[in-house]
Amino acid sequence: MDLRLSTAEPTEAERRAVDAAFAAHRSPDDVPGADVRFPDSGHAARGRRHILLPALHAVMDAVGHLTPGALNHLARVLSVPPADVYGVATFYAMFSVTPRAPHVVHVCDDVACAPAGAEAVIAGLTEDLGEEGEGKEACWVRSPCLGLCERAPAAMLQLAGRPDVSVAPAAIGSLRAELDRIATEEPTRVPAADAAFADATVSVPQAGQPQLTLLRRVGVVDPESIDDYRAHGGYEALRRAVALGPERVIREVSDASLTGRGGAAFPTGVKWDGVARAPSRPHYLVCNADESEPGTFKDRVLMEYDPFGLIEAMTIAGYATGCERGYLYVRGEYPLATRRLEHAIATARAHGYLGDDVAGDGFTFDIELRRGAGAYICGEETALLNSIEGHRGEPRNKPPFPSTSGLFGKPTVINNVETLYNVLPVLAVGGEEFAKVGGGRSTGTKLFCVSGAVGTPGVYEVDFGTTLRELLELAGGVRGELRAVLLGGAAGGFVLPDGLELPLTLEGSREIGATLGSGVVLALDTQADLTGTLRRIAAFFRDESCGQCVPCRVGTVRQEEALARLTRGAPKGPELTLLDDLARVMQDASICGLGQTAPAAVLSALKLGLL
Amino acid sequence: MTTVLLGSISRLVTVTVDGRELRVPEGATILDVLREQGVETPTLCWAPNLTPINACRVCMVEVEGSRVLVPSCARKVDDGMVVRTDTEKVRHSRRMVLELLASSVDMDQASEDVQRWMVEYGVEPGRYGPPAPPEDDRAGHRVGHHHAPDGSTAANVAQPVKVDNDLYVRDYARCILCYKCVKACGTDAQFTFAISAAGRGFDAHIATEYDGELPDSACVYCGNCIGVCPTGALKSVREHELREAGDWRPEKETVTTTICSFCGVGCNLELHVQQGSIVNVTSPSDHSVTHGHLCIKGRFGFQHVQNLPEA
Repeated sequence: MDLRLSTAEPTEAERRAVDAAFAAHRSPDDVPGADVRFPDSGHAARGRRHILLPALHAVMDAVGHLTPGALNHLARVLSVPPADVYGVATFYAMFSVTPRAPHVVHVCDDVACAPAGAEAVIAGLTEDLGEEGEGKEACWVRSPCLGLCERAPAAMLQLAGRPDVSVAPAAIGSLRAELDRIATEEPTRVPAADAAFADATVSVPQAGQPQLTLLRRVGVVDPESIDDYRAHGGYEALRRAVALGPERVIREVSDASLTGRGGAAFPTGVKWDGVARAPSRPHYLVCNADESEPGTFKDRVLMEYDPFGLIEAMTIAGYATGCERGYLYVRGEYPLATRRLEHAIATARAHGYLGDDVAGDGFTFDIELRRGAGAYICGEETALLNSIEGHRGEPRNKPPFPSTSGLFGKPTVINNVETLYNVLPVLAVGGEEFAKVGGGRSTGTKLFCVSGAVGTPGVYEVDFGTTLRELLELAGGVRGELRAVLLGGAAGGFVLPDGLELPLTLEGSREIGATLGSGVVLALDTQADLTGTLRRIAAFFRDESCGQCVPCRVGTVRQEEALARLTRGAPKGPELTLLDDLARVMQDASICGLGQTAPAAVLSALKLGLL
Repeated sequence: MTTVLLGSISRLVTVTVDGRELRVPEGATILDVLREQGVETPTLCWAPNLTPINACRVCMVEVEGSRVLVPSCARKVDDGMVVRTDTEKVRHSRRMVLELLASSVDMDQASEDVQRWMVEYGVEPGRYGPPAPPEDDRAGHRVGHHHAPDGSTAANVAQPVKVDNDLYVRDYARCILCYKCVKACGTDAQFTFAISAAGRGFDAHIATEYDGELPDSACVYCGNCIGVCPTGALKSVREHELREAGDWRPEKETVTTTICSFCGVGCNLELHVQQGSIVNVTSPSDHSVTHGHLCIKGRFGFQHVQNLPEA
């Protein structure tokens, strides 16, 4: 590749950041400093592109925005065309290619945080810092759901030169105090703001209860200690897996009828078996921890309070499917989960649980953590693969499916965080025993993210088949008079108070035309601004569409406009026809699940007469 | 020794298209089969000389067993595949894709086929409201943010034409984001990588690095992006000026085929002539040397032919 670069030069800080990211992610056979910018440098040049996203993060972390000099240096070091670097940099909401304050407060104004006082926080910040995006030292911007709904309203501070932190519940007072601390105190490895998350029962009210399976270690183990993890049953499942051998592990997972918990509910055993048998090598494992569905925070809670569980589950998945390398793609807005996972990976490696001879059992497996950068679409599995590879996070056309041609074109297993945690109990009790809870395709326990107008919001673990009413009661019951429940997230649908006997299973929700999706249960009382909620969902899909295909790129814009006209009192007839026409083309003709589900909640609300 | 090129020998598979059972070569796309059978299928982001891009979603067909529609340009036939092209679902999606484009992009200069499809599929772009006024700096929109609309106007990509060099203009008010120019500039032809998609969602657009001017980019002015653009968003300065002056006369255009005389490669050229002067140069996409792509000399180096002494 013969690159034409500009004359823009990086500053010393930018050069150091890029070079450090390059050194950290370079493959072993890539010679440091080797210039591969010539036409036939082939794999040597192309093989570096996956460093693009970590390197962009490194510059953002160091400087706070991306200058032409930094992008030019990146293009030179990675042998990626400058236009491509720019295309990738402008894809993510956490990156800025224009000068911006080094401290950015992302304020969630999404479905759970808006009714909890997000606008008051924004009003306070506007008074302190100025209009959105303005301000010299610090600025604020609106954000889609930050996955902290149980502590709404939420904010995330993206900070150049020091670790990012989450602040939730966020009030203007607590944000002022945090910004003040940033301005006056030196950064520490573990930021002081993390202390607010020390009490796990705020996120998991059931913490410590004996019947829990997936959440059993939350609030019980020290998330920073591998010894404590082992003392609480950690690495027993891996030992069992190695005793069984890869084929038996896959059979146990198949016998358990474990289905994917990311929303699509694909049988995990089938997925694993496909990759294990794929002749092409190497195989890759990818853990999808890019949890971004509005109202969803279960994966975040698992990763924050039981990070070693995910490392062990990934190791088992890698062992069973013949992967020597696993990529853990964690949402960019999850700073605490990222810290805990980075620490867990390093600790597991130091203790021989990752590396060339895992736990002395003779197989190789290691994990590389990658941070997303503010793009819901990267939770779509093929968009996630493109994102890791250093391309824009645009979904790929399927087929081929990732199990035959995934990451770097190789057979790839992609599993959601909650799905992987389920592998631990499957191995602990055996597949058949696991399948005795629930039934049909809905076996085992399920995590639900209960938020909104309930007594005690949080992540709840219940058996599949529990009714929606029972779940709401578990969460302290509905505050006020229930108007509707948003089930499954922005890509889900509404359930009315007369539908609370709904059994929470894949089959049960499908029967009423809903979906469990990512396990969102957002309760809206009669005080809630339903129209506002719907408009926020429509705006969300418009913002998060990658823009690749016409039905989604333009359809989400037209859907939001039609909704705006309806709420202004336009005649219903033509708008409903329009919304129905839009919904059909988005569902039938979009490339990926984002476009296909973008009209779901709006359609559901219209069908139930909620608008 | 003489080598005889046989081409690859492929197995035949059986597919059913709109009720007709056909034997077709394995590895063909559904679109190949439809073209072979004379079933007209609208396409925008597909081109015979590019790998399928699969972004516009106008060539969708129904395939039995698939919940959603399938892009005929990219999907290869399987044995036993049952394809339907004449269903309500297919017609609706094609109509809506064309309608959504027409409501957000200036499609006036798209081909006659596109104009005809819009009529045949019953496209009504007006039902989304009057177009919002043009914007000077669409590229400056912050990613993942937009102002909440009130629905009184239809958002669109209207913006000024970019004229920053002597050879071609970029009129992104006409861009449907089919990615063809990006592919032609990149791995499908030129390997120059001067442009990429930038931004996200409705603000996604084709851009050089930092949305800069073409002369500051890696562009080598081969014009292969113009060659594949389906809507007139990219065109020669010559064509742009003639259109602006009201002197564009496509109905009077003649096309003369010749061979480029600049070097020994032997690229076929098609000289497009209006009112006695060359207005554009193209190459046929099925030509074995060019596959429709040219270099700066072949595409733009024709001025000397016309430097005749004043009569």
